[in-house]
Amino acid sequence: MRDVAVVGFAQRQMLGFDGSPTCVELLVPVFKELYEQTGWTRKDVGFWCSGSSDYLAGRSFSFVQAVDAIGVIPPVNESHVEMDLAWAMYEAWIKIQTGEVDTALVYAFGKSSAGVLRRTLALQLEPYTMTPLWPDTVSLAGLQARAGIDAGLWDERAMAEVANRSLTDAEKNEYAVRKGGSSVEELLARPMYADPLRKHDCSPVTDGVAALVLAAGDRAREVRERPAWLTGISHYVDPMGMGVRDLTRSPSAQRAGAALDLGGVEVAELHAPFSHQELILRAELGLGADVAINPSGGALASNPMFSGGGIRVGEAAQRIWSGEADKTLAHATSGPALQQNLVCTLEASTEGARI
Amino acid sequence: MSRTLSAPVTVAFDYTRSTGPVVGRFLSGLRDGVVVGGRTSAGQVVVPPLEFDPVTHEATTEFVEVSSVGTVTSWTWVPEPVKDQPFDRPFAFALVTLDGADVPLLHALDVASPAEVTTGMRVRVRWAAERVGHINDIACFEPLAPGETETAAPAAAAGQPVTGVVTTVSLDYQYAASPEESLFYRGLNEGRIMGQRCPTCQKVYVPPRSACPSDGTPTVEEVELAQTGTITTFCVVNVPFLGQKITPPYVSAYVLLDGADIALLHLILGVPAEEVRMGMRVKAVWKPRDEWAYSLENIDHFAPTGDPDADFDTYKHHL
Repeated sequence: MRDVAVVGFAQRQMLGFDGSPTCVELLVPVFKELYEQTGWTRKDVGFWCSGSSDYLAGRSFSFVQAVDAIGVIPPVNESHVEMDLAWAMYEAWIKIQTGEVDTALVYAFGKSSAGVLRRTLALQLEPYTMTPLWPDTVSLAGLQARAGIDAGLWDERAMAEVANRSLTDAEKNEYAVRKGGSSVEELLARPMYADPLRKHDCSPVTDGVAALVLAAGDRAREVRERPAWLTGISHYVDPMGMGVRDLTRSPSAQRAGAALDLGGVEVAELHAPFSHQELILRAELGLGADVAINPSGGALASNPMFSGGGIRVGEAAQRIWSGEADKTLAHATSGPALQQNLVCTLEASTEGARI
Repeated sequence: MSRTLSAPVTVAFDYTRSTGPVVGRFLSGLRDGVVVGGRTSAGQVVVPPLEFDPVTHEATTEFVEVSSVGTVTSWTWVPEPVKDQPFDRPFAFALVTLDGADVPLLHALDVASPAEVTTGMRVRVRWAAERVGHINDIACFEPLAPGETETAAPAAAAGQPVTGVVTTVSLDYQYAASPEESLFYRGLNEGRIMGQRCPTCQKVYVPPRSACPSDGTPTVEEVELAQTGTITTFCVVNVPFLGQKITPPYVSAYVLLDGADIALLHLILGVPAEEVRMGMRVKAVWKPRDEWAYSLENIDHFAPTGDPDADFDTYKHHL
């Protein structure tokens, strides 16, 4: 296998973007930042892969116009994944492994606020017996949160602790759209929203874009002194039906984590759009108290649709570049109530590679 | 003035799907007033039945009628219902394990407040007044008081097995134009056709775009285009279709406005369809001013100017 590293990361996040759902206006400056980070031009990028959704944008072929932000003369090698930036990264990683290309720029964008996001996402459910009831994202997460509370696996206080830590950490993140920790007591004194969830248990509806740059071997070393080498990457999916899986668990996240060597992970960026989901993920990945969880503030502080997962990868990679950590973990989720999960490890050295 | 123009838009479509033997069996049951589950290789009864076994991956063939009474295994409050949910007032979503089933079914629970629902409470199906073989044949679940039993479904006319289902999907958006598109539509509202020039390759785009598709550079310099141009290519529409506004035959053409580097698609009138040709010089014909809006429809059509045709070399790069 070829050594592949994350060597670039840029993002924009906001509430209620006043602009087109094509998000070209946001992608252009993000690409510019990545050209500055890498010293490349667009012609140095061997493969492009994006994530978007027609349902989110309310227009067909929503990924096509975003290609304007690249510039396609001469033509570019381009693909599209309708899940999350993290899965676009997975496709690019495969592409580099084939030897066809040495570099890739993956990007994702979404204007969640153009419609009612929690309703729109009912379109990703089983179309015969679920979508016609329009179970919204928050309701499905609420069913999951209650299942764990009833089973004694967590309680409202544990959920509030996650939210308070996230909002506190988010104060240091210029891109977070919701920030400002208080205390667990103060959070628990706030009103219920979708019982058992309070509003701070749910990620904010966020608009935004993000992009990552991957490079193989020496191409990565040319860009960064400490490239964030992808030493493991794995993803699995659980059944779609809410009744046929144990909602208090995430078997797909467990399997993805078990495929990697998680020993020595210092920082973990977990894509948990709801507070209790962080608790599930920590348990499924076996992350101990010595692991720093979501120092960026995580998805409870900011969760742009289609880039929220990939942003976890970027945040985890930055900790390697800066020397803060030698080994970090990033996780991304897609689908209802942690249905699909991708986990990867990033390291300063390629010696521990499991792939 | 806000930075961008925006307008509400609704995208709707009736999804028509075949149901296959397993989902069809479940929906046929609902139409007939019974809840049908499927038995897995592990012996579990699953509602709705799974099309394929999660372990053996064989198609499900064993069906089991279960009760329409069951137990809430999880629930959540819905304080702000969204369009097309079972209720337009606050309600609960619940996972309900029906008696005779081993795993829960997701549906709405009709209670007035979170205080009226607990995990473990007994509930029963409230059948829809009219049943057609759809998940909404179950209107919702309702609490079951001690001593009460299941509600018998009103008899349904025995019918053929359900083989298809229609689900209407209607999504509402507030659709915003980009700043560049907003410039274009604001111009049209003033009787002008606006484009933008790419600073890298000098190409003029109409409508303007957020970035030049050739090189990815943001286009910034605003350019007002001429109202005259050349037909680069065209097609004669002879086929009637739903929603057609003009009686065929008529001509839809690419018009390369003078000074632009990309053609605009519009309608050609004022000339018999068979006389329209590549290179024909045309001009914009606007609707009366009081009918203008932020729309390309402000230009009613393009009509011949009567000038000599443009030389092929002047537009061959735009074909």
